[in-house]
Amino acid sequence: MTKAMPRPDAVTLPITRQTPFDPPGELGRWRDEAPLRRLAYPDGHLGWLATGYDAVRAVLGDPRFSNRVEIAHVPLRQMMVARDILRFPPGMFLRMDPPEHTRYRRLLTGQFTVRRMRLLEPRIEAIVADRLAEMAAAGPPADLVPAYALPIPSLVICELLGVPYRDHERFQRDSATLLALERSEKEKLAAFDDLFGYLGDLVRHKRDEPGDDLLSGLAASGELSHAELTGVALLLLVAGHETTANMIALGTFTLLRHPGQLAAVRDEPGVAERAVEELLRYLTIVQFGPTRTATEDVEIEGRTIRAGETVTLALAAANRDPARFDRPDELDVRRPVAAHLAFGHGVHQCLGQQLARTELRVALPALLRRFPGLRLAVPYDEVPMRTDMNIYGVHRLPVTW
Amino acid sequence: MKISADHDVCIGAGMCALNAPQVFDQSEDDGTVVLLDPEPPQELEQQVRRAVQMCPSGALKLQE
Repeated sequence: MTKAMPRPDAVTLPITRQTPFDPPGELGRWRDEAPLRRLAYPDGHLGWLATGYDAVRAVLGDPRFSNRVEIAHVPLRQMMVARDILRFPPGMFLRMDPPEHTRYRRLLTGQFTVRRMRLLEPRIEAIVADRLAEMAAAGPPADLVPAYALPIPSLVICELLGVPYRDHERFQRDSATLLALERSEKEKLAAFDDLFGYLGDLVRHKRDEPGDDLLSGLAASGELSHAELTGVALLLLVAGHETTANMIALGTFTLLRHPGQLAAVRDEPGVAERAVEELLRYLTIVQFGPTRTATEDVEIEGRTIRAGETVTLALAAANRDPARFDRPDELDVRRPVAAHLAFGHGVHQCLGQQLARTELRVALPALLRRFPGLRLAVPYDEVPMRTDMNIYGVHRLPVTW
Repeated sequence: MKISADHDVCIGAGMCALNAPQVFDQSEDDGTVVLLDPEPPQELEQQVRRAVQMCPSGALKLQE
C-alpha cells in the first residue's frame, strides 16, 4: 500500500509549551501568517488547523460542520483511544449534531440558566467558606488543588446532579484517567466501565427513590432510556469538575505571578467578574481541540474545506488573536468583556458555562481575601503543569500564607 | 432598536440574560431566550449589542 506523499506545507499539532501561561508558540506564529493551514492528522488524514479568531468562530457556528465522533479525525495520536471509547455509549450528546443533540441539550438547559445559577450562589459561597475554614485550620502549606480547587466544583456538581460526594475519590480518579493523554486503551476502558457502572447503579436508584436533584428529575421525566441517562450523567460529572477545578488552580497561579492584578481582584469590587472572563480568555484550558468535520464543501476565510475534512480549532490561539483583542498576550483583569471562545461557540458552547462563571467569581476573590499573604511554596518553575492532559492546568499548586 | 429572537435556534447558553438582563431572560423549562423588551431604550444599546454579539447560536437579530 502506498501512502500519500505528505504535503510540504502541512504541519502537525504542536503540544509543547515554552512558558506555563502561553499556548505553544507555533500556534501564534501560524495565526499571524494565515488563519487556516493544512494539518497532518496521525491517521494519515490531511485536514486543517484554524488559529484565527474569525475562522474558529465561523467553523464552530456553521451547521455544515459536524461534531459527530464517527466521522472525525483526531489531531493527536494520544487522543485516539478516547475517541474510540466515546463512540459507543448513548447519551454522549456532545458528539452529536442537531436535531439529536438538541433533544438532549434542551432537557438540561433549564437547569443551567443564569437565574438558576444566581439561586445556587449562596450554596456555592457556603461550600467555599467551608473549604477556606478547613485550609485555615490545617494551616500552611497546602496543595491548592485537593484543598480548594478540585473539591469546590466537585461538591457543587455532585449536589446539582445528586451524586454522593463520598464517592469522589472513585469518580475523580476515573475522570482523570479518561482525560489523560498517555494512558493505555486498557486503562481508559477500565476507567470508563467503572464510571459507567457506578453511574448506572446510581441512576437506577434515582428511578426507585428520587431525590431533589437533576438526575432524579431526568429519571422521572421518562424522556431518556437508562443507558442514555447514564451517558448524560457521565458527561456532566466529568465536565463539571475537571474544567472549573483547573481554572481555579491555574487562575490562582496566574494571579500570583501578577501581584498588582491579584490585589485588584481581591480588593476592588466589580473587578472579579471581568477578571474571570479575562482568565478564561488568557488561559483557554481546552488545549487540543475541539474539532469539526465538514459535511459539504465550505468556504472559510477564502479557503475551501472539502466535505469529509476535519478542522482542529485552536481556541487558545484564537483567543490571543491581535485582530480581535488589544495586547492579546497580556493578562489584563480590567479588560472590557468581549466574546472570547474559551467555552467554544455555536450549538455546543459549554452547557455549564454560567455555573463555571459563578464558581470562579465566588472562589477566586474569596481565597485571596481569606489569605492576603497567599504565595507559592515552591519556585514558580517547579509547579507541575498539565501538559499531558486534555484540559490544561496544574497538577499541584503548593501554596503558603 | 428592535430585536427578534428565534427559539428554535437558541441553545440556552444564557449570554443574553447575563449581558442584558433587562431585555432578555431564559425560560424555566428549557433555558431558551425570553424576550422581555423587543424594543429596548437607547441607553441599553451597548448591553444589547454585546448580548447579540456573544450569542453562540445566532438566535438574536438586531434591526436598527
